Amino acid sequence: MVDEPIGTAAAPDQPLTARAATAGPFARFLAATEIDTRLIGMIGALAVVWIGFDVLSGGVFLTPRNLWNLSVQTASVAVMATGMVFVIVTRHIDLSVGSVLGFIGMIIGVTQAELLPELLGFGHPAIWAIALALGIVIGVLIGGLQGFVIAYLGVPAFITTLGGLLVWRGAAWWVTSGRTVAPMDQSFRLLGGGADGAIGATASWIIGLIACVGIFAMLAMSRRQRQRFKFPLRPLWAEAFLGGVASVLVLGAVAIANAYPWPVGIARRYAEANGIEIPEGGLFIPHGIAIPVLVAVGVGVVMTFIGTRTRFGRYVFAIGGNPEAAELSGINTRWVTMKIFMLMGALCAISASISTARLNAATNAQGALDELYVIAAAVIGGTSLGGGIGTVAGAMLGALVMQSLQSGMVLLGMDTPLQNIVVGIVLVLAVWIDTVYRRRTA
Amino acid sequence: MSDRPSPAIPLVEMRNISISFGGLHAVDDVTVDLYPGEVVGLLGHNGAGKSTLIKILSGAYKRDAGTILINGDEVTINNPRDAKAQGIETIYQTLALADNVDAAANLFLGRELRTAWGTLDDVAMEAATREVMGRLNPNFHRFKDPVKALSGGQRQSVAIARAIHFNARILIMDEPTAALGPQETAQVGELILQLKKEGIGIFLISHDIHDVFDLSDRVSVMKNGRLVGSARTSDVTKDEVLGMIILGKCPPGAVPGPGAARETEPA
Repeated sequence: MVDEPIGTAAAPDQPLTARAATAGPFARFLAATEIDTRLIGMIGALAVVWIGFDVLSGGVFLTPRNLWNLSVQTASVAVMATGMVFVIVTRHIDLSVGSVLGFIGMIIGVTQAELLPELLGFGHPAIWAIALALGIVIGVLIGGLQGFVIAYLGVPAFITTLGGLLVWRGAAWWVTSGRTVAPMDQSFRLLGGGADGAIGATASWIIGLIACVGIFAMLAMSRRQRQRFKFPLRPLWAEAFLGGVASVLVLGAVAIANAYPWPVGIARRYAEANGIEIPEGGLFIPHGIAIPVLVAVGVGVVMTFIGTRTRFGRYVFAIGGNPEAAELSGINTRWVTMKIFMLMGALCAISASISTARLNAATNAQGALDELYVIAAAVIGGTSLGGGIGTVAGAMLGALVMQSLQSGMVLLGMDTPLQNIVVGIVLVLAVWIDTVYRRRTA
Repeated sequence: MSDRPSPAIPLVEMRNISISFGGLHAVDDVTVDLYPGEVVGLLGHNGAGKSTLIKILSGAYKRDAGTILINGDEVTINNPRDAKAQGIETIYQTLALADNVDAAANLFLGRELRTAWGTLDDVAMEAATREVMGRLNPNFHRFKDPVKALSGGQRQSVAIARAIHFNARILIMDEPTAALGPQETAQVGELILQLKKEGIGIFLISHDIHDVFDLSDRVSVMKNGRLVGSARTSDVTKDEVLGMIILGKCPPGAVPGPGAARETEPA
């Protein structure tokens, strides 16, 4: 307690080092590695869900095939959940993301299936890029409009985006009067996964190894920075442990993706087209990591970077912690708020691309109820509705938990109404546990 | 009232400032000034309009009428950014800290240091924070914790560090010692004397005369949104200033303002 100035002896907290010295081995381990206990809790919850479903389904859940599909199904919601973190951290909410996804999906669909083929010719190589870019521009515009109403006109985000939920769903219908648009452009469909939309074994290993090198490089760089200013360092074993665990996770995910082969039919057609002999026992062509998963991971990395390494991200969290203080500090809080919603709109466009590509169609009902899954993913991932707290990685993990629950229930053959009941209860439970946790640690 | 020669041009002049909120005249035709190296105590009851007046100077509120001059030039202060650009720093009564981020993030909030790539230079900001906090509060070591976890005194020193780190010319301290113990209050007193020596002008706001009388060169007293009067602390007694605060009565040593009670009024 030597750190406390006189007159403040009532303060219950002690410096980290003092606390660690008196605590048990597990607490010492946590202090040394600086791992968030909340993250451990989430990984634990995910493990329980996975193992539980695996047992209940008789070993079908934890197979490369199911996990690979799970990763692809998670991508769309995970991408939007990263943006929802910023929205909720600043004490707002966005109820319109599902409808915005539907509207942009329609625009993207009509652009690539009807407008551009007429202009450029069917199968033109630029079609997918133009459609994607247009979607992102429209997403930014929609987000900007909603953000402007929220930040500058002072209409609460709840109401603005509740209006948006109706407006953009209606607009999605209006694009084609409710007609489903299909099929999508060949190149664009790669964004949705499938046998073609995965990068294969070799490329997956290369990306996995690059990621491992990147992880160790980041640990080393941050250590050197801290040495330069003579700040306290993590013990070397803790650094090695963190890098090791992260690398094992990355390479493990790659190994699983590579253990899921192309379906026999597709593999045979591929072999015939390329004049390859089919060996005895069938041709084993691994999927590798799916492109939508790569996109989602890429978005997650970029959003984490924005949230922790940029001024904008710092302002997002400061506004969430104390809006008045942020304003008094000279932060242009309105403009930051508007930018958050613009970012959310862009992410909706990316999700819209993934989901239309996966479905190979743009439908009027696309993304319905996604707002709830996205918000649930962010909240289960530790984003506090009170503002100021949340991580992108947590939200993506939350998306994975939500999708695991849903896929698992489908695998068990549960009815949709029952699935909804379970998801609803889990959401409330997760927030309750979070509330208890916060009260304990506050 | 000029027992000491003062520089000809005040550092800050707030002339005929008025602001009202829905018909309530929170500040009504108030004029105050501040010279370099001077401490002016702004006194008055709770609700007298001191904090509102000062929030106009710090850019938190926009005035309805009046002018603000800095070094004799009229300036536009429409938001906190404008005020900071003029070298006006404020320590708010509420401290205005973002509770969920650490001391360095608060100290540099809105003025983050960045690396060559435009990313946040957290390490450099923490180093600077360790340096400035080392001078202000050598016992402070909790640089990694969100400020929510800090004690009242520690939070206060973060808020003070933020105000003095950026070479302020004008410092506004709104009830700076309200949350502090006696020893920390004495520390803030020493800090004020030191900043004064560096030529910084300081507005010291308090509802308690004992907090500020000995530290101030002059006092300005407000009552019901109007200026009762201003006086050199060498020309008036504490009791006379108390009379200004409570009764709005201007003693002979003070220059009366528009809010001063009439002489004929029964005391």
